[in-house]
Amino acid sequence: MILYDALIAPFAEFEFMRRALVGTFALSFSAAPIGVFLMLRRMSLIGDALAHAILPGAAIGFLIAGLSMLAMAGGGLIAGFLVAIGAGLIARATPLKEDASLAAFFLISLALGVVLVSAKGSNVDLMHFLFGSVLAVNNATLLLIAGIVSVSLVVLALIWRPLVLECVDPAFLRSVSGAGAPTHIAFLALVVINLVGGFQALGTLLAVGIMMLPAVISRFWARDVTGMIAVAIASAAVSGFVGLLVSYHADLPSGPAIILVAGALYALSVVAGPVGGLIWSALPRRHLEA
Amino acid sequence: MTSSAVTALRFHDLTLGYDRHPAVHHLDGSVEQGSLTAVVGPNGAGKSTLFKAIVGMLKPLAGSIERDGFAARDIAYLPQAAEIDRSFPINVYDMVAMGLWRRKGVFGGIDRKDHAAIEAGLAAVGLTGFEERAIGTLSGGQMQRMLFARLLVQDARVIVLDEPFSAIDARTVGDLLHLVRRWHVERRTVLAALHDIDLVKANFPETLLLAREPVAWGATREVLTADNLNKARHMCEAFDETAAACAVAAE
Repeated sequence: MILYDALIAPFAEFEFMRRALVGTFALSFSAAPIGVFLMLRRMSLIGDALAHAILPGAAIGFLIAGLSMLAMAGGGLIAGFLVAIGAGLIARATPLKEDASLAAFFLISLALGVVLVSAKGSNVDLMHFLFGSVLAVNNATLLLIAGIVSVSLVVLALIWRPLVLECVDPAFLRSVSGAGAPTHIAFLALVVINLVGGFQALGTLLAVGIMMLPAVISRFWARDVTGMIAVAIASAAVSGFVGLLVSYHADLPSGPAIILVAGALYALSVVAGPVGGLIWSALPRRHLEA
Repeated sequence: MTSSAVTALRFHDLTLGYDRHPAVHHLDGSVEQGSLTAVVGPNGAGKSTLFKAIVGMLKPLAGSIERDGFAARDIAYLPQAAEIDRSFPINVYDMVAMGLWRRKGVFGGIDRKDHAAIEAGLAAVGLTGFEERAIGTLSGGQMQRMLFARLLVQDARVIVLDEPFSAIDARTVGDLLHLVRRWHVERRTVLAALHDIDLVKANFPETLLLAREPVAWGATREVLTADNLNKARHMCEAFDETAAACAVAAE
């Protein structure tokens, strides 16, 4: 019964916990694979930058319509796309590299977002924006997440081959096909919509956590892309489940709780992961014959 | 260069470069179908620039390239410093299978015939048994062998190789040269940028000696004379920041 009280009861008794759980599980299926590709493309911090960029859009939605999910998600989407495309355009038109212009954009966005939220809302609202709240996951949000996840999985399937090839050998892809640029844009769009999907429960600052931490964890457990994605989805889902429980029992905000659980899994993986984990390289094992 | 044979590529007063500064200046001439041509010249002579333009990755500043009956993307191209991310978790088989892209595109499946082509490519470069190996575990020579297997799978009529034998041991060079000669026998058009003059003299019937401007182009023994090589070495490598607009271009 103790186990039941600890693990099952919060979800059985409270509808908002069930909704949050379904939302994070669903999000695991699209955010985690996208995180794996971000990591493999050495764009791990790009997701972070885009997550910050969503804040002012969501804040403007909030200023116009209050705590309306559609207004905030719509504002977040628009702001995310503007920053992604703007940074890309500036990178092409000037000598500034894409990561540098993204850095400039996201810092401006973050500051603008905080100013906008503070202008009208309270500190509680600001905390809600930055770190999320399970209470914010209503039915409309769940539908939005379900839609985002479905679209993401279909698009990922469509762009899978050029996406892999663009990561491993972009020059070759350019020499045989013009699919590189559209693939890159579609992929950035997936990053943005998944961050918007995650920000209600996790907050704009931590939505990227459910993307990147499972991806980084997966590198320590699998040697091929398919295996990495499986591990990433599983660890995202486990982090969501355990994180929500921790958040419930310890009365903590849900976003940081989920991400801290993922962080614990990451620490475990760095130490004990079978692919490159620290203890395996520290073990005194004899070298092989060939 | 003779007009009787069918041309694969024809350059019309071609000028290529970056930021309006020419790297290849006023190149005229044609590459015959089925010819095996070495492109020789000092570093900075414009060899890579010329190849990028041939495969359509660089727009000419002036002039044009005429491709006879094929698109730029139908050319199999091996760039000089391959931008390959060797830490990416992909195995040798999948990497070689990417050579099928022009026929399979984004969705096409790999059937039995394609599988046979991939295995034949791996066998031809001596990498049978390496199918499941991650590309990050390959040595430099094995990597180049794998890229040649992908070229074999591409099965292109025109093949462009940018310094394919740099930093490769003698045995690997020998094996890969064997493939290049096989392509020549199969009447494929091959262009290769090379630095080893003796290797060019022994294996390549035609040579284009390039030093930003074409120095000589034709039969290898007539092009690679001491006189021509000396000329190529001394042709301007200077990049003049204040260069005026080219007078020839204005005519």
